[in-house]
Amino acid sequence: MSKLYSGAEIVFKCLEDQDVEFIFGYPGGAVLPIYDELKNHNTIKHILVRHEQGAGHAAEGYARSSGKPGIVLVTSGPGATNVVTALTDAYMDSVPLVCISGQVPTHLIGTDAFQECDTTGITRPCTKHNWLVKDIKDLSKIIHEAFKVATTGRPGPVLVDIPKDIQFAKTSYSKPKFEKKLNGKSLNHFAQKDIDKMIDLMNKSKKPVIYSGGGVINSGPEASDVLRELVELTGFPITSTLQGLGAYLGDDNQFLGMLGMHGTYEANNAMHDCDLLINIGARFDDRITGKIDEFSPKSKKIHIDIDPSSINKIIKVDLALVGDVKEVIKGINKTLKKKNIDLKKSNKQKIAKWWEQIQKWRTKNSLNFINSDETIKPQHAVKRLYELTKDKDTFITTEVGQHQMWAAQHYKFNKPNRWMTSGGLGTMGYGLPAAVGVQIAHPKKLVVDIAGEASVLMTMQEMSTAVQYNLPIKIFILNNQYMGMVRQWQELLHEKNYSESYSEALPDFIKMAEAYGCKGIKADKPSELDEKIREMVEFDGPVIFDCRVDPNENCFPMIPSGKPHNQMILGPGEKEENKITGKGKALV
Amino acid sequence: MANPKSAYSVSSKKEKSNTHIIVVWVDNEAGVLARVVGLFSGRGYNIESLAVAEVDAKRNISRITIVTTGTPQVIDQIKLQLKKLVPIHKVADFKRNDKSVIFKEMALFKVVGNPGKIKKAINACKKYNAVILDKTKKSNVIQITALRRDIDKMTKNLKKLGLVSVSRTGAVAMTRGDKIFN
Repeated sequence: MSKLYSGAEIVFKCLEDQDVEFIFGYPGGAVLPIYDELKNHNTIKHILVRHEQGAGHAAEGYARSSGKPGIVLVTSGPGATNVVTALTDAYMDSVPLVCISGQVPTHLIGTDAFQECDTTGITRPCTKHNWLVKDIKDLSKIIHEAFKVATTGRPGPVLVDIPKDIQFAKTSYSKPKFEKKLNGKSLNHFAQKDIDKMIDLMNKSKKPVIYSGGGVINSGPEASDVLRELVELTGFPITSTLQGLGAYLGDDNQFLGMLGMHGTYEANNAMHDCDLLINIGARFDDRITGKIDEFSPKSKKIHIDIDPSSINKIIKVDLALVGDVKEVIKGINKTLKKKNIDLKKSNKQKIAKWWEQIQKWRTKNSLNFINSDETIKPQHAVKRLYELTKDKDTFITTEVGQHQMWAAQHYKFNKPNRWMTSGGLGTMGYGLPAAVGVQIAHPKKLVVDIAGEASVLMTMQEMSTAVQYNLPIKIFILNNQYMGMVRQWQELLHEKNYSESYSEALPDFIKMAEAYGCKGIKADKPSELDEKIREMVEFDGPVIFDCRVDPNENCFPMIPSGKPHNQMILGPGEKEENKITGKGKALV
Repeated sequence: MANPKSAYSVSSKKEKSNTHIIVVWVDNEAGVLARVVGLFSGRGYNIESLAVAEVDAKRNISRITIVTTGTPQVIDQIKLQLKKLVPIHKVADFKRNDKSVIFKEMALFKVVGNPGKIKKAINACKKYNAVILDKTKKSNVIQITALRRDIDKMTKNLKKLGLVSVSRTGAVAMTRGDKIFN
């Protein structure tokens, strides 16, 4: 007879076998047996957050910056409902999370017991899969399967709901079986002939563009290496989605900058005018495509993605390669080298004109802004932050809004996994707890949350977590006193009726920092900015940086709602002639 | 697309919708039907009818048959999204007008009235494999199996012959000949 373990012990045995080092969590009645067991497992460190949403985002930051799944442990009822935002966020951005939630004892399920909720029912649409453990004998198998589902294919969150009586019940433990297939859901479905077809299209193309996304990051650092090799081999221009930043070199000449709603003029026009569009690990999100009827009308389209349901979902493509991005690009590079097709040389003439056109678009300098000596322009603040931190291996997280877009536009990333932002769900309050998770994964690195004052207040309580674990995260707040993106849309779409987008009675962030036991820094004038940023970077401990910026600045360039890629609003001078009218107003 | 997913996907092109029968083999476990149905409602797909029951007790497999309408793009999405669900083994889909597939629905009719009327009702049902399941002096319960439009027609026609209650199933499907779904 093998040794019997309690459900709580089995949870930890599973986590140990899955090489888990950190759990982000918050205790409560229905998970007490698991918390009781924590002391017996010193390879696993628990990070106590201040709100379960923070646990979820911290685990996301941990996962995105390390490539390992993030683990969340919460109690039943409110513990589980509080983590729903983070699970949805992870689902939209394909971040592997394993969330373990406590549940009321089996015999109380369905009785409206204290802190009971239908956790698996609530989280069904925001997880890849979830399980309610009804029999202790299934527990180890389910947890191991949960890790497998979260990390294979297109990654995403999963949840295992464990009733309290199951945590006490005893059974024997079985080690994970790694060979089990998930109903035959294999990942790579492309053949050599698809690659040959793709190379043929690449050979014929006169105006190609590569559009890479978060799939390259999720495929691991090697995918970025082979992507760079592909761009080098082909000489093609490359643009990236918000989530894909860092997969390719942000300051390289072949890089056109980010595309989409707040992407660069050259990237969006290249997307519109190209004759070959190669989508690598992106999903034709609406922030990218603009009006879909007029999306890249003259191009052949190739889509490389691990998720078959992403193919032809929004945009019909001419050639689809379903598989792990890394494997597909490896196959392309190998074939290019084997056949000795030097696209860079043979295509040089063909695409030289295309590059000339791109250079012309570049002269628009679409990320330009009018700087000021009196007030700090938010774009300037991000640029200075970049210049003063680029020689360090810096990790950047953001909240959601204007500051997020300015960070994406002006901070240049040269490595994958250095950029953590909520793209799909657009969760305000993501950045601070995400920074906590990133700092846990990379204790010696510089981690900066480029924040807005409205977003950061949503999860501000996690500063307490940062202080508790000596995590020297830097919260760089671009404080414009407005929900900036809301204000911008109200200016452009609602006749400057700034309904409820101004934050009155903002806290004094310096005093707030002090109250949390960390350092507060404030910058008002452009002249003091560099010195203050240096002070922040050099301080050994968490910092809240209150950077007072111009409250009226808008984020440009911008594709207005309902417009295609080639009709961008460039800057303050241009917007009158390109007003958003009619149907466009109703769009989000 | 029939149901625009976002601001930008307001398409000016209208594609034609077709009726499809989607057949799904799933692990017969708690909540699996909710996962399938939740996927349909969450993504705004139609369900016209639904039939589900265990078909393999040993392997614990249930078969779900869903009648839905959508453009070719939507039908493809439905299949691909279904395939992503962990407890789903395989997904098959057929056009309603596919001659190589049999579709059937079953209906129970309760007819109340004098014997003459009831007899007329039974006669009307005859070409749809009518079976009398219950018989009293004043009433009859008639079972028929037919296509949806025939059942629709019968429900209408039987009104004047004393039809007081109708109960009907969703469609089930099977291929003709020796072929099976793969």
